[in-house]
Amino acid sequence: MQKLSLNNLGIIFRRELMGYFATPLAYVFIVIFLITNGIFTFELGGFYARGQADLLPFFGFHPWLYLFMVPAIAMALWADERKTGTIELLLTLPVRLADAVLGKFLAAWALTGIALLLTFPIWITANYLGDPDNGVIVASYIGSWFMAGAYLAIGSCMSACTRNPVIAFILTVSICFLFVIMGSPILLNAFPDWTPQAIVDAFAALGFLTHFDSISKGVLDIRDVLYFSVFIAAWLLASAIVIEIKKAN
Amino acid sequence: MIEIRNLTRKFDQVVAVNDLSFEVREGEVLGFLGPNGAGKSTTMKVITGFLAPSAGSVTIDGFDIGSKPLEAKALIGYLPEGAPCYGDMTTLQFLRFIARIRGFRGEEAERRIAGVMGDVALESVAHQTIETLSKGFKRRVGLAQAILHDPKVLILDEPTDGLDPNQKNHVRELIRNLAKDKIVVVSTHILEEVTAVCTRAIIIDEGRIVADGTPAELEARSRYHHAVEVRLAGELDLANELEGVAEIAGVEQDRLDQASFTILSAGKPIFARISELAQQRQWPVEEFHVRRGQLEDVFRTVTEDAGTREAA
Repeated sequence: MQKLSLNNLGIIFRRELMGYFATPLAYVFIVIFLITNGIFTFELGGFYARGQADLLPFFGFHPWLYLFMVPAIAMALWADERKTGTIELLLTLPVRLADAVLGKFLAAWALTGIALLLTFPIWITANYLGDPDNGVIVASYIGSWFMAGAYLAIGSCMSACTRNPVIAFILTVSICFLFVIMGSPILLNAFPDWTPQAIVDAFAALGFLTHFDSISKGVLDIRDVLYFSVFIAAWLLASAIVIEIKKAN
Repeated sequence: MIEIRNLTRKFDQVVAVNDLSFEVREGEVLGFLGPNGAGKSTTMKVITGFLAPSAGSVTIDGFDIGSKPLEAKALIGYLPEGAPCYGDMTTLQFLRFIARIRGFRGEEAERRIAGVMGDVALESVAHQTIETLSKGFKRRVGLAQAILHDPKVLILDEPTDGLDPNQKNHVRELIRNLAKDKIVVVSTHILEEVTAVCTRAIIIDEGRIVADGTPAELEARSRYHHAVEVRLAGELDLANELEGVAEIAGVEQDRLDQASFTILSAGKPIFARISELAQQRQWPVEEFHVRRGQLEDVFRTVTEDAGTREAA
Protein backbone atom coordinates (compact mmCIF):
# COMPACT_ATOMS: atom_id res chain seq x y z
CA MET A 1 0.00 0.00 0.00
CA GLN A 2 1.49 3.28 -1.08
CA LYS A 3 1.67 6.29 1.17
CA LEU A 4 -0.30 9.37 0.32
CA SER A 5 2.14 12.00 -0.81
CA LEU A 6 2.01 15.22 1.16
CA ASN A 7 4.15 17.28 -1.18
CA ASN A 8 2.17 16.94 -4.37
CA LEU A 9 2.18 20.71 -4.62
CA GLY A 10 5.96 20.68 -4.92
CA ILE A 11 5.93 17.84 -7.45
CA ILE A 12 3.44 19.64 -9.69
CA PHE A 13 5.36 22.89 -9.28
CA ARG A 14 8.58 21.21 -10.42
CA ARG A 15 6.94 19.51 -13.37
CA GLU A 16 5.39 22.74 -14.58
CA LEU A 17 8.56 24.77 -14.19
CA MET A 18 10.56 22.06 -15.96
CA GLY A 19 7.92 22.17 -18.70
CA TYR A 20 8.58 25.86 -19.33
CA PHE A 21 12.28 25.23 -19.78
CA ALA A 22 11.78 22.05 -21.82
CA THR A 23 10.48 24.19 -24.68
CA PRO A 24 11.86 27.50 -25.96
CA LEU A 25 8.90 29.25 -24.32
CA ALA A 26 10.69 30.23 -21.11
CA TYR A 27 13.80 31.46 -22.91
CA VAL A 28 11.84 33.45 -25.48
CA PHE A 29 9.76 34.95 -22.70
CA ILE A 30 12.78 35.96 -20.66
CA VAL A 31 14.64 37.44 -23.65
CA ILE A 32 11.65 39.48 -24.82
CA PHE A 33 10.98 40.57 -21.25
CA LEU A 34 14.56 41.81 -20.82
CA ILE A 35 14.72 43.57 -24.20
CA THR A 36 11.39 45.36 -23.71
CA ASN A 37 12.41 46.34 -20.21
CA GLY A 38 15.62 47.80 -21.58
CA ILE A 39 13.85 49.77 -24.28
CA PHE A 40 11.22 51.08 -21.88
CA THR A 41 13.71 52.06 -19.23
CA PHE A 42 16.53 53.56 -21.28
CA GLU A 43 14.77 54.89 -24.37
CA LEU A 44 11.20 55.75 -23.41
CA GLY A 45 11.78 56.23 -19.72
CA GLY A 46 14.69 58.62 -20.14
CA PHE A 47 16.76 56.77 -17.55
CA TYR A 48 19.88 58.83 -18.29
CA ALA A 49 18.20 62.13 -19.10
CA ARG A 50 16.48 62.22 -15.73
CA GLY A 51 19.84 62.39 -14.05
CA GLN A 52 18.51 60.57 -10.99
CA ALA A 53 19.85 57.34 -9.60
CA ASP A 54 16.61 55.42 -9.14
CA LEU A 55 14.63 52.77 -11.03
CA LEU A 56 11.35 54.68 -11.22
CA PRO A 57 11.21 54.60 -15.04
CA PHE A 58 11.97 50.87 -14.93
CA PHE A 59 9.17 49.94 -12.53
CA GLY A 60 6.73 52.54 -13.89
CA PHE A 61 6.37 50.62 -17.13
CA HIS A 62 5.75 47.24 -15.51
CA PRO A 63 1.94 47.43 -15.33
CA TRP A 64 1.86 47.96 -19.11
CA LEU A 65 4.58 45.48 -19.88
CA TYR A 66 2.89 42.76 -17.82
CA LEU A 67 -0.35 43.44 -19.64
CA PHE A 68 0.96 41.49 -22.64
CA MET A 69 3.82 39.43 -21.25
CA VAL A 70 2.07 37.71 -18.34
CA PRO A 71 -1.06 36.53 -20.20
CA ALA A 72 1.30 34.87 -22.68
CA ILE A 73 2.56 32.61 -19.91
CA ALA A 74 -0.80 32.14 -18.26
CA MET A 75 -2.81 31.30 -21.35
CA ALA A 76 -1.67 27.68 -21.55
CA LEU A 77 -1.96 26.92 -17.82
CA TRP A 78 -5.27 25.06 -18.02
CA ALA A 79 -6.35 25.48 -21.64
CA ASP A 80 -3.59 23.12 -22.76
CA GLU A 81 -4.51 20.53 -20.15
CA ARG A 82 -8.06 20.54 -21.43
CA LYS A 83 -7.03 20.51 -25.07
CA THR A 84 -4.69 17.53 -24.74
CA GLY A 85 -6.86 15.71 -22.20
CA THR A 86 -4.09 15.57 -19.61
CA ILE A 87 -6.46 17.29 -17.18
CA GLU A 88 -8.21 13.93 -16.88
CA LEU A 89 -4.92 12.27 -16.07
CA LEU A 90 -3.89 14.93 -13.57
CA LEU A 91 -7.19 15.06 -11.72
CA THR A 92 -7.54 11.29 -11.43
CA LEU A 93 -4.14 11.04 -9.76
CA PRO A 94 -4.30 11.23 -5.97
CA VAL A 95 -3.86 15.00 -6.10
CA ARG A 96 -6.04 17.69 -4.58
CA LEU A 97 -7.38 20.22 -7.07
CA ALA A 98 -5.99 22.96 -4.81
CA ASP A 99 -2.48 21.49 -5.14
CA ALA A 100 -2.81 21.42 -8.92
CA VAL A 101 -4.11 24.99 -9.20
CA LEU A 102 -1.55 26.36 -6.77
CA GLY A 103 1.36 24.31 -8.14
CA LYS A 104 0.75 25.50 -11.68
CA PHE A 105 0.29 29.09 -10.58
CA LEU A 106 3.45 29.08 -8.48
CA ALA A 107 5.50 27.64 -11.34
CA ALA A 108 4.36 30.41 -13.68
CA TRP A 109 4.94 32.96 -10.92
CA ALA A 110 8.44 31.60 -10.39
CA LEU A 111 9.12 32.06 -14.10
CA THR A 112 8.13 35.73 -13.93
CA GLY A 113 10.28 35.99 -10.80
CA ILE A 114 13.28 34.60 -12.67
CA ALA A 115 12.70 37.03 -15.55
CA LEU A 116 12.44 39.88 -13.07
CA LEU A 117 15.65 38.88 -11.28
CA LEU A 118 17.49 38.79 -14.59
CA THR A 119 16.89 42.52 -14.97
CA PHE A 120 19.64 43.00 -12.36
CA PRO A 121 22.02 44.69 -14.86
CA ILE A 122 19.69 47.70 -14.78
CA TRP A 123 20.04 47.80 -11.02
CA ILE A 124 23.83 47.49 -11.31
CA THR A 125 23.84 50.33 -13.85
CA ALA A 126 22.00 52.58 -11.42
CA ASN A 127 24.47 51.71 -8.67
CA TYR A 128 27.41 52.29 -10.99
CA LEU A 129 26.17 55.70 -12.10
CA GLY A 130 24.98 56.95 -8.77
CA ASP A 131 23.93 56.09 -5.29
CA PRO A 132 20.32 54.85 -5.35
CA ASP A 133 18.34 53.78 -2.29
CA ASN A 134 18.67 50.00 -2.63
CA GLY A 135 16.01 49.38 0.00
CA VAL A 136 13.51 51.16 -2.20
CA ILE A 137 14.59 49.09 -5.18
CA VAL A 138 14.19 45.78 -3.33
CA ALA A 139 10.74 46.84 -2.16
CA SER A 140 9.81 47.78 -5.72
CA TYR A 141 10.99 44.44 -7.03
CA ILE A 142 8.86 42.59 -4.50
CA GLY A 143 5.88 44.78 -5.28
CA SER A 144 6.31 44.29 -9.01
CA TRP A 145 6.50 40.53 -8.54
CA PHE A 146 3.27 40.54 -6.52
CA MET A 147 1.57 42.53 -9.22
CA ALA A 148 2.74 40.00 -11.83
CA GLY A 149 1.13 37.35 -9.61
CA ALA A 150 -2.17 39.20 -9.79
CA TYR A 151 -2.04 39.22 -13.62
CA LEU A 152 -1.19 35.51 -13.57
CA ALA A 153 -4.05 34.63 -11.25
CA ILE A 154 -6.49 36.29 -13.66
CA GLY A 155 -4.78 34.38 -16.47
CA SER A 156 -5.14 31.10 -14.59
CA CYS A 157 -8.88 31.61 -14.28
CA MET A 158 -9.32 32.68 -17.92
CA SER A 159 -7.25 29.73 -19.07
CA ALA A 160 -9.57 27.44 -17.13
CA CYS A 161 -12.56 28.91 -18.98
CA THR A 162 -11.56 27.74 -22.45
CA ARG A 163 -9.59 25.05 -24.22
CA ASN A 164 -8.25 27.61 -26.68
CA PRO A 165 -5.10 29.37 -25.39
CA VAL A 166 -5.55 32.29 -27.81
CA ILE A 167 -8.99 33.06 -26.42
CA ALA A 168 -7.55 32.73 -22.93
CA PHE A 169 -4.86 35.25 -23.87
CA ILE A 170 -7.34 37.81 -25.19
CA LEU A 171 -9.67 37.42 -22.21
CA THR A 172 -6.77 37.80 -19.79
CA VAL A 173 -5.43 40.93 -21.51
CA SER A 174 -8.91 42.47 -21.48
CA ILE A 175 -9.57 41.84 -17.80
CA CYS A 176 -6.06 42.85 -16.76
CA PHE A 177 -6.45 46.05 -18.77
CA LEU A 178 -9.64 46.78 -16.89
CA PHE A 179 -7.86 46.42 -13.55
CA VAL A 180 -4.94 48.55 -14.73
CA ILE A 181 -7.04 51.48 -15.85
CA MET A 182 -9.36 51.25 -12.82
CA GLY A 183 -6.83 53.10 -10.79
CA SER A 184 -5.63 55.42 -13.51
CA PRO A 185 -6.71 59.07 -13.91
CA ILE A 186 -8.01 58.27 -17.41
CA LEU A 187 -10.93 56.35 -15.97
CA LEU A 188 -11.27 58.16 -12.65
CA ASN A 189 -11.66 61.55 -14.39
CA ALA A 190 -14.45 60.10 -16.49
CA PHE A 191 -16.73 59.84 -13.43
CA PRO A 192 -19.31 62.66 -13.42
CA ASP A 193 -18.81 65.31 -10.75
CA TRP A 194 -21.86 64.29 -8.71
CA THR A 195 -20.45 60.77 -8.07
CA PRO A 196 -19.78 60.42 -4.33
CA GLN A 197 -16.07 60.50 -3.63
CA ALA A 198 -16.35 57.24 -1.67
CA ILE A 199 -17.42 55.35 -4.80
CA VAL A 200 -14.63 56.84 -6.89
CA ASP A 201 -12.15 55.93 -4.15
CA ALA A 202 -13.46 52.39 -3.82
CA PHE A 203 -13.23 51.98 -7.56
CA ALA A 204 -9.70 53.32 -7.61
CA ALA A 205 -8.75 51.09 -4.68
CA LEU A 206 -9.50 48.01 -6.77
CA GLY A 207 -7.12 49.03 -9.54
CA PHE A 208 -3.55 47.84 -9.86
CA LEU A 209 -2.05 51.28 -10.39
CA THR A 210 -3.28 52.67 -7.09
CA HIS A 211 -1.37 49.96 -5.26
CA PHE A 212 1.60 49.79 -7.53
CA ASP A 213 2.30 53.53 -7.67
CA SER A 214 3.34 53.71 -4.06
CA ILE A 215 5.25 50.44 -4.38
CA SER A 216 7.23 51.68 -7.36
CA LYS A 217 8.17 54.73 -5.31
CA GLY A 218 9.57 52.38 -2.70
CA VAL A 219 6.74 52.40 -0.17
CA LEU A 220 6.05 48.71 0.42
CA ASP A 221 2.86 49.15 2.41
CA ILE A 222 1.56 45.93 3.97
CA ARG A 223 -1.92 46.90 2.72
CA ASP A 224 -0.75 46.89 -0.89
CA VAL A 225 0.88 43.50 -0.49
CA LEU A 226 -2.26 42.28 1.21
CA TYR A 227 -4.35 43.64 -1.66
CA PHE A 228 -2.35 41.67 -4.22
CA SER A 229 -2.33 38.53 -2.03
CA VAL A 230 -6.09 38.55 -1.56
CA PHE A 231 -6.53 39.35 -5.23
CA ILE A 232 -4.40 36.33 -6.19
CA ALA A 233 -6.19 34.04 -3.74
CA ALA A 234 -9.61 35.10 -5.02
CA TRP A 235 -8.77 34.50 -8.69
CA LEU A 236 -7.16 31.14 -7.91
CA LEU A 237 -10.26 30.11 -6.02
CA ALA A 238 -12.29 31.17 -9.05
CA SER A 239 -9.94 29.07 -11.22
CA ALA A 240 -10.62 25.98 -9.11
CA ILE A 241 -14.37 26.55 -9.29
CA VAL A 242 -14.28 27.07 -13.07
CA ILE A 243 -12.19 23.91 -13.54
CA GLU A 244 -14.63 21.93 -11.43
CA ILE A 245 -17.58 23.17 -13.45
CA LYS A 246 -16.04 23.04 -16.91
CA LYS A 247 -14.17 19.75 -16.80
CA ALA A 248 -17.22 17.84 -17.94
CA ASN A 249 -17.20 19.26 -21.45
CA MET B 1 -14.31 -4.30 -4.76
CA ILE B 2 -15.95 -1.59 -6.83
CA GLU B 3 -19.52 -0.86 -5.89
CA ILE B 4 -21.62 1.32 -8.13
CA ARG B 5 -25.00 2.23 -6.73
CA ASN B 6 -27.75 3.92 -8.73
CA LEU B 7 -25.24 6.01 -10.60
CA THR B 8 -26.69 8.76 -12.74
CA ARG B 9 -24.77 11.40 -14.64
CA LYS B 10 -26.42 14.17 -16.61
CA PHE B 11 -24.91 16.75 -18.91
CA ASP B 12 -27.36 19.62 -18.96
CA GLN B 13 -30.50 17.85 -20.18
CA VAL B 14 -28.79 14.76 -21.58
CA VAL B 15 -28.70 11.69 -19.35
CA ALA B 16 -25.42 9.92 -20.14
CA VAL B 17 -25.59 7.34 -17.38
CA ASN B 18 -28.96 6.33 -16.07
CA ASP B 19 -29.35 4.67 -12.65
CA LEU B 20 -26.50 2.22 -13.17
CA SER B 21 -25.75 -0.35 -10.45
CA PHE B 22 -23.18 -3.13 -10.46
CA GLU B 23 -20.25 -4.56 -8.51
CA VAL B 24 -16.88 -5.78 -9.65
CA ARG B 25 -14.87 -8.16 -7.46
CA GLU B 26 -11.20 -9.06 -7.19
CA GLY B 27 -10.03 -11.29 -9.99
CA GLU B 28 -12.68 -10.14 -12.39
CA VAL B 29 -11.83 -8.63 -15.75
CA LEU B 30 -14.91 -6.74 -16.73
CA GLY B 31 -15.44 -5.87 -20.37
CA PHE B 32 -17.48 -2.73 -20.68
CA LEU B 33 -19.31 -2.68 -23.99
CA GLY B 34 -21.77 -0.47 -25.74
CA PRO B 35 -22.33 1.56 -28.87
CA ASN B 36 -20.68 4.96 -29.17
CA GLY B 37 -22.30 7.41 -26.80
CA ALA B 38 -23.76 4.68 -24.62
CA GLY B 39 -22.11 6.10 -21.50
CA LYS B 40 -19.01 3.89 -21.21
CA SER B 41 -16.47 6.67 -20.93
CA THR B 42 -18.70 8.76 -18.70
CA THR B 43 -19.11 5.84 -16.30
CA MET B 44 -15.34 5.37 -16.20
CA LYS B 45 -14.80 9.08 -15.60
CA VAL B 46 -17.14 8.94 -12.63
CA ILE B 47 -15.57 5.75 -11.22
CA THR B 48 -12.11 7.34 -11.38
CA GLY B 49 -13.30 10.52 -9.72
CA PHE B 50 -12.81 12.84 -12.67
CA LEU B 51 -16.51 13.66 -12.91
CA ALA B 52 -18.86 13.88 -9.96
CA PRO B 53 -22.03 11.81 -10.23
CA SER B 54 -25.34 13.65 -10.56
CA ALA B 55 -26.85 10.99 -8.28
CA GLY B 56 -25.77 7.69 -6.74
CA SER B 57 -22.39 6.62 -5.44
CA VAL B 58 -19.17 4.83 -6.33
CA THR B 59 -17.00 3.17 -3.70
CA ILE B 60 -13.58 1.67 -4.28
CA ASP B 61 -12.67 -0.86 -1.58
CA GLY B 62 -14.96 0.96 0.81
CA PHE B 63 -13.68 4.45 -0.04
CA ASP B 64 -16.37 6.67 -1.50
CA ILE B 65 -14.93 8.48 -4.52
CA GLY B 66 -16.85 11.62 -3.55
CA SER B 67 -15.98 11.90 0.13
CA LYS B 68 -12.60 10.08 0.19
CA PRO B 69 -11.22 10.90 -3.24
CA LEU B 70 -7.50 10.72 -2.46
CA GLU B 71 -7.71 7.30 -0.79
CA ALA B 72 -9.87 5.94 -3.59
CA LYS B 73 -7.72 7.43 -6.36
CA ALA B 74 -4.59 5.96 -4.77
CA LEU B 75 -6.05 2.48 -5.39
CA ILE B 76 -6.87 3.15 -9.03
CA GLY B 77 -4.74 3.03 -12.15
CA TYR B 78 -6.49 4.76 -15.01
CA LEU B 79 -5.86 4.98 -18.72
CA PRO B 80 -8.15 7.74 -19.98
CA GLU B 81 -9.59 7.63 -23.49
CA GLY B 82 -6.89 8.54 -26.01
CA ALA B 83 -4.13 7.97 -23.44
CA PRO B 84 -3.27 11.63 -22.74
CA CYS B 85 0.29 12.28 -21.49
CA TYR B 86 2.40 15.41 -21.08
CA GLY B 87 3.92 15.72 -24.55
CA ASP B 88 6.79 17.99 -23.58
CA MET B 89 8.29 15.41 -21.23
CA THR B 90 10.37 12.38 -22.13
CA THR B 91 8.96 8.97 -21.30
CA LEU B 92 11.32 8.67 -18.35
CA GLN B 93 10.61 12.16 -17.00
CA PHE B 94 6.88 11.53 -17.28
CA LEU B 95 7.03 8.20 -15.46
CA ARG B 96 9.22 9.77 -12.75
CA PHE B 97 6.60 12.47 -12.30
CA ILE B 98 3.87 9.84 -11.95
CA ALA B 99 6.02 7.80 -9.55
CA ARG B 100 6.59 10.84 -7.32
CA ILE B 101 2.89 11.72 -7.30
CA ARG B 102 2.15 8.12 -6.39
CA GLY B 103 4.48 8.49 -3.42
CA PHE B 104 7.53 6.53 -4.58
CA ARG B 105 11.04 7.86 -4.02
CA GLY B 106 14.58 6.97 -4.93
CA GLU B 107 15.44 3.37 -5.61
CA GLU B 108 11.91 2.08 -5.30
CA ALA B 109 10.69 4.62 -7.87
CA GLU B 110 13.47 3.71 -10.31
CA ARG B 111 12.82 0.00 -9.82
CA ARG B 112 9.12 0.40 -10.56
CA ILE B 113 9.76 2.61 -13.58
CA ALA B 114 12.23 0.08 -14.99
CA GLY B 115 9.67 -2.65 -14.29
CA VAL B 116 6.78 -1.07 -16.19
CA MET B 117 9.02 0.09 -19.02
CA GLY B 118 9.97 -3.54 -19.44
CA ASP B 119 6.34 -4.70 -19.20
CA VAL B 120 5.18 -2.51 -22.06
CA ALA B 121 8.50 -2.38 -23.95
CA LEU B 122 9.32 1.31 -23.66
CA GLU B 123 13.09 1.09 -23.09
CA SER B 124 13.89 2.18 -26.64
CA VAL B 125 12.02 5.49 -26.24
CA ALA B 126 12.97 6.30 -22.64
CA HIS B 127 14.67 9.56 -23.58
CA GLN B 128 12.34 10.64 -26.36
CA THR B 129 9.76 13.35 -25.74
CA ILE B 130 6.28 11.86 -25.72
CA GLU B 131 4.90 14.16 -28.43
CA THR B 132 7.37 12.65 -30.92
CA LEU B 133 6.25 9.08 -30.25
CA SER B 134 4.01 6.97 -32.48
CA LYS B 135 0.43 6.28 -31.45
CA GLY B 136 1.30 2.78 -30.26
CA PHE B 137 4.12 4.00 -28.05
CA LYS B 138 1.98 6.82 -26.63
CA ARG B 139 -0.68 4.33 -25.64
CA ARG B 140 1.95 2.18 -23.96
CA VAL B 141 3.25 5.18 -22.02
CA GLY B 142 -0.34 5.71 -20.88
CA LEU B 143 -0.56 2.07 -19.83
CA ALA B 144 2.78 2.27 -18.03
CA GLN B 145 1.62 5.19 -15.88
CA ALA B 146 -1.60 3.34 -15.06
CA ILE B 147 0.14 0.20 -13.77
CA LEU B 148 3.20 1.83 -12.20
CA HIS B 149 1.89 1.66 -8.63
CA ASP B 150 0.59 -1.89 -9.07
CA PRO B 151 -2.96 -0.66 -8.50
CA LYS B 152 -5.68 -2.79 -7.06
CA VAL B 153 -8.18 -1.39 -9.53
CA LEU B 154 -7.29 -0.88 -13.15
CA ILE B 155 -9.61 1.12 -15.38
CA LEU B 156 -8.69 1.12 -19.04
CA ASP B 157 -10.65 3.12 -21.58
CA GLU B 158 -10.06 1.49 -24.97
CA PRO B 159 -6.53 0.29 -24.20
CA THR B 160 -5.88 -1.29 -27.59
CA ASP B 161 -7.36 1.44 -29.77
CA GLY B 162 -4.89 2.39 -32.49
CA LEU B 163 -2.48 -0.48 -31.89
CA ASP B 164 -1.40 -2.94 -34.54
CA PRO B 165 -2.44 -6.61 -34.15
CA ASN B 166 0.85 -7.62 -32.47
CA GLN B 167 0.68 -4.78 -29.98
CA LYS B 168 -2.98 -5.57 -29.31
CA ASN B 169 -2.04 -9.13 -28.50
CA HIS B 170 0.73 -7.93 -26.24
CA VAL B 171 -1.55 -5.59 -24.31
CA ARG B 172 -4.18 -8.30 -23.91
CA GLU B 173 -1.60 -10.64 -22.53
CA LEU B 174 -0.46 -7.91 -20.15
CA ILE B 175 -4.01 -7.40 -18.93
CA ARG B 176 -4.47 -11.15 -18.42
CA ASN B 177 -1.25 -11.31 -16.39
CA LEU B 178 -2.15 -8.29 -14.31
CA ALA B 179 -5.63 -9.48 -13.60
CA LYS B 180 -4.94 -12.21 -11.07
CA ASP B 181 -5.70 -10.45 -7.80
CA LYS B 182 -7.01 -7.23 -9.23
CA ILE B 183 -10.12 -5.65 -10.53
CA VAL B 184 -9.85 -4.71 -14.16
CA VAL B 185 -12.46 -2.77 -16.10
CA VAL B 186 -11.81 -2.50 -19.83
CA SER B 187 -14.00 -0.57 -22.20
CA THR B 188 -13.78 -1.56 -25.81
CA HIS B 189 -15.77 -1.77 -28.96
CA ILE B 190 -13.71 -4.70 -30.22
CA LEU B 191 -15.82 -7.68 -29.27
CA GLU B 192 -13.17 -10.33 -29.85
CA GLU B 193 -11.19 -8.59 -27.10
CA VAL B 194 -13.90 -9.42 -24.61
CA THR B 195 -13.76 -13.10 -25.44
CA ALA B 196 -9.96 -12.93 -25.31
CA VAL B 197 -9.41 -11.25 -21.93
CA CYS B 198 -12.62 -10.74 -19.98
CA THR B 199 -14.22 -12.97 -17.38
CA ARG B 200 -17.38 -10.92 -17.48
CA ALA B 201 -19.02 -8.50 -19.85
CA ILE B 202 -21.55 -5.75 -19.35
CA ILE B 203 -23.27 -4.21 -22.33
CA ILE B 204 -24.71 -0.79 -21.72
CA ASP B 205 -26.92 1.24 -23.96
CA GLU B 206 -28.29 4.72 -23.35
CA GLY B 207 -26.75 4.66 -19.91
CA ARG B 208 -28.41 1.42 -18.79
CA ILE B 209 -27.19 -2.15 -18.46
CA VAL B 210 -28.79 -4.28 -21.17
CA ALA B 211 -26.73 -7.45 -20.65
CA ASP B 212 -24.43 -8.75 -17.91
CA GLY B 213 -22.72 -12.14 -17.76
CA THR B 214 -19.65 -14.16 -18.70
CA PRO B 215 -18.75 -13.96 -22.39
CA ALA B 216 -19.94 -17.58 -22.76
CA GLU B 217 -23.28 -16.78 -21.13
CA LEU B 218 -23.77 -13.82 -23.39
CA GLU B 219 -22.85 -15.84 -26.45
CA ALA B 220 -25.48 -18.39 -25.42
CA ARG B 221 -28.07 -15.66 -25.73
CA SER B 222 -27.33 -15.36 -29.40
CA ARG B 223 -29.98 -16.75 -31.74
CA TYR B 224 -27.10 -18.43 -33.54
CA HIS B 225 -26.00 -20.36 -30.46
CA HIS B 226 -25.65 -24.06 -31.40
CA ALA B 227 -26.69 -23.21 -34.95
CA VAL B 228 -25.37 -25.39 -37.76
CA GLU B 229 -24.15 -24.03 -41.04
CA VAL B 230 -24.60 -26.12 -44.12
CA ARG B 231 -23.36 -25.50 -47.64
CA LEU B 232 -24.94 -27.63 -50.30
CA ALA B 233 -23.47 -28.78 -53.58
CA GLY B 234 -26.83 -29.14 -55.30
CA GLU B 235 -30.45 -27.97 -55.26
CA LEU B 236 -32.45 -28.83 -52.17
CA ASP B 237 -35.28 -27.16 -50.29
CA LEU B 238 -33.75 -27.39 -46.87
CA ALA B 239 -36.61 -25.57 -45.11
CA ASN B 240 -39.04 -28.12 -46.46
CA GLU B 241 -36.74 -31.02 -45.48
CA LEU B 242 -36.54 -29.82 -41.90
CA GLU B 243 -40.25 -29.10 -41.55
CA GLY B 244 -41.54 -30.57 -38.30
CA VAL B 245 -38.17 -31.39 -36.70
CA ALA B 246 -38.75 -30.36 -33.09
CA GLU B 247 -35.20 -29.31 -32.16
CA ILE B 248 -35.02 -26.75 -34.93
CA ALA B 249 -36.17 -23.17 -34.63
CA GLY B 250 -35.80 -22.20 -38.25
CA VAL B 251 -33.67 -22.11 -41.39
CA GLU B 252 -32.01 -19.03 -42.85
CA GLN B 253 -30.63 -18.83 -46.35
CA ASP B 254 -27.54 -16.73 -46.88
CA ARG B 255 -28.35 -13.65 -48.91
CA LEU B 256 -25.13 -13.65 -50.89
CA ASP B 257 -24.38 -17.34 -51.13
CA GLN B 258 -27.65 -19.04 -52.07
CA ALA B 259 -26.23 -22.50 -51.35
CA SER B 260 -25.43 -21.70 -47.70
CA PHE B 261 -27.94 -22.18 -44.95
CA THR B 262 -27.94 -21.60 -41.23
CA ILE B 263 -30.09 -23.97 -39.22
CA LEU B 264 -31.11 -22.37 -35.93
CA SER B 265 -31.38 -24.42 -32.78
CA ALA B 266 -34.37 -24.27 -30.48
CA GLY B 267 -31.97 -24.30 -27.53
CA LYS B 268 -30.03 -27.58 -27.49
CA PRO B 269 -27.07 -28.76 -29.58
CA ILE B 270 -28.43 -29.99 -32.92
CA PHE B 271 -25.27 -31.02 -34.73
CA ALA B 272 -25.77 -34.76 -34.22
CA ARG B 273 -29.42 -34.63 -35.24
CA ILE B 274 -28.73 -32.69 -38.45
CA SER B 275 -25.80 -34.94 -39.28
CA GLU B 276 -28.06 -37.97 -38.91
CA LEU B 277 -30.76 -36.44 -41.15
CA ALA B 278 -28.23 -35.47 -43.77
CA GLN B 279 -26.98 -39.05 -43.98
CA GLN B 280 -30.42 -40.63 -43.97
CA ARG B 281 -31.77 -38.37 -46.70
CA GLN B 282 -28.49 -38.11 -48.60
CA TRP B 283 -28.29 -34.31 -48.80
CA PRO B 284 -25.60 -33.09 -51.19
CA VAL B 285 -23.57 -31.54 -48.34
CA GLU B 286 -20.35 -29.75 -49.19
CA GLU B 287 -19.60 -28.04 -45.88
CA PHE B 288 -21.04 -28.69 -42.49
CA HIS B 289 -20.08 -27.09 -39.18
CA VAL B 290 -21.39 -25.80 -35.88
CA ARG B 291 -21.59 -22.09 -35.50
CA ARG B 292 -20.89 -20.64 -32.07
CA GLY B 293 -23.00 -17.84 -30.72
CA GLN B 294 -21.24 -14.59 -31.48
CA LEU B 295 -21.03 -11.75 -29.01
CA GLU B 296 -21.60 -9.51 -31.97
CA ASP B 297 -25.07 -10.94 -32.54
CA VAL B 298 -25.99 -10.42 -28.92
CA PHE B 299 -24.53 -6.94 -28.96
CA ARG B 300 -26.63 -6.06 -31.99
CA THR B 301 -29.79 -7.59 -30.54
CA VAL B 302 -29.60 -5.84 -27.18
CA THR B 303 -28.60 -2.47 -28.56
CA GLU B 304 -30.79 -2.64 -31.64
CA ASP B 305 -33.61 -0.47 -30.31
CA ALA B 306 -31.33 2.50 -29.96
CA GLY B 307 -29.99 1.96 -33.47
CA THR B 308 -33.39 1.95 -35.14
CA ARG B 309 -34.43 4.98 -33.14
CA GLU B 310 -31.35 6.83 -34.26
CA ALA B 311 -31.97 5.88 -37.88
CA ALA B 312 -35.59 7.06 -37.74
